[in-house]
Amino acid sequence: MRFLKKTYVFLIFAFLYAPILVLIVFSFNESKSRANWEGFTLKWYYELFKDRHIMSALYYTLLIAVLSSAIATLIGIIASIGIFHMKKVPQGVVLNLNYIPILNPDIVTGISLMVLFIFMKMNLGFVTMLLAHITFNIPYVILSILPKLKQMNKHLYEAALDLGATPAEAFRKVILPEIMPGVITGFLLAFTLSLDDFVISFFTTGSGVTNLSIVIFGMARRGISPKINALSTLMFVSVLILLIIVNIRMSKDNPERRARIERSKENSRYLPDIGHDI
Amino acid sequence: MKRQWLASPYIVWMVIFIVVPMLLILFYSITEQTEDGLQLTAEHFRRFIDPIYINVLIRSLALALACTAICLLLGYPMAAILASREYSRKKIMYMLIVLPMWMNFLLRTYAWLTLLERNGVINTVLSILGLPSLDILYTNEAVVLGMVYNFLPFMILPIYSVLSKIDRSVIEAAQDLGGNNITVFRRVVFPLSLPGVISGITMVFMPAVTTFVISRLLGGGQFTLIGNLIEQQFLSSGDWGFGSALSVIMMLMILISMGIMNKYEQENGGGALW
Repeated sequence: MRFLKKTYVFLIFAFLYAPILVLIVFSFNESKSRANWEGFTLKWYYELFKDRHIMSALYYTLLIAVLSSAIATLIGIIASIGIFHMKKVPQGVVLNLNYIPILNPDIVTGISLMVLFIFMKMNLGFVTMLLAHITFNIPYVILSILPKLKQMNKHLYEAALDLGATPAEAFRKVILPEIMPGVITGFLLAFTLSLDDFVISFFTTGSGVTNLSIVIFGMARRGISPKINALSTLMFVSVLILLIIVNIRMSKDNPERRARIERSKENSRYLPDIGHDI
Repeated sequence: MKRQWLASPYIVWMVIFIVVPMLLILFYSITEQTEDGLQLTAEHFRRFIDPIYINVLIRSLALALACTAICLLLGYPMAAILASREYSRKKIMYMLIVLPMWMNFLLRTYAWLTLLERNGVINTVLSILGLPSLDILYTNEAVVLGMVYNFLPFMILPIYSVLSKIDRSVIEAAQDLGGNNITVFRRVVFPLSLPGVISGITMVFMPAVTTFVISRLLGGGQFTLIGNLIEQQFLSSGDWGFGSALSVIMMLMILISMGIMNKYEQENGGGALW
């Protein structure tokens, strides 16, 4: 039975990792084609950094991910506090609207935003793509922060005011530390979603502004250059190293903090499980 | 200052970027530009009744259902095994399941081309072993495989999360009362894990039924799903009316399946999706 279980787990992981292994192996392949192996090389890693097209896509991918998740987190923090203090009925309406980008198929979100931008006579490009990313990021940030606000002791904020803090101070020194785990979860979730997005970016960008997903989609017809394999190997390895560092640091941390992180994971367990394990 | 006003910037944002776009789609789906100006029409929806498009819808639903069923069959045992292990390994296993999602999903899907090709990795291994070759690239099977590959973690994780929270003493009590392993699973463990199963099904079925990328890459373009059809209307044929009508139909489908899931969940008490 134990052997059977182990084999099963192994097979599932083999299934999940086979394509990734193939990508990594072929980033070292001398031949340009993905059909045969012609010897080991590092030239794709070297050429990657000379490729203007890929480097510009990488630049836009990272820039949009950083900007959209930061802006979404900022708007999300303010909005969460507002939503938390709303009356029940308007609160329900706002929360339901907030679910729309999460529940809607990506393709519908992308197309409806494209129609909006064209309708408003905006040129599709960097700004429209950024606006689209912020729009689909905010709901995840809010859903990560709201449970934290609910857990918080309601009287803490008033106590801070009574003790002479200004509202800004009370927010910075009392509320913000309490909701911080949710803020971080939300930010990471937004960052990953933005980094990996294809469908919504595909419909809302234009005039030479592309992200990596769009470049890959465009290449898929003609065959993807091993340079892209090299780039994703680098990205994969950096994420892996980052996760390992975070995990080692976390296991050194005191148990109380770990328990808190566990609890914050608990709250976000029904969000798509992408970023919150950090 | 009342603190609920802090939500107002976001409410304005939502109206502009969520509500108005939805209304625009709805508007395009029921109007038509004629010589006498804009007119209300049901034509876009009527066009959908055509057997060609109904077949597209049926194919999308069938492939998504197949994908969901396979994910459940593969994912449940995996979640159960992970939930039964000791703590330290669990954490690593969990990370190993999440990790692939950090690599671009287009690229991971594309890598299946290398694996599945006639002279690809899998067939090379099969021929070395003296087994018959596998030729499924650009077929429905390849599309389902791509979907299962992409969405399996979304089935494993919610089931795992529910299973690992089941109180051990409940299971022990059932065993003490004379239930054998199968009975305990059927009458105790499985019913308790249903909320996880349901969120897993939702999280797999929804993206599977609306995908247009996986079918485009692995189906080689000849297998049109409803997602591809929508994309075509907006990007190549420029038929916004029909494309919008298709989008409205897709949104309705998602709403209906959400409704069914929610109702089922409430009847079973607890474990709401959100």
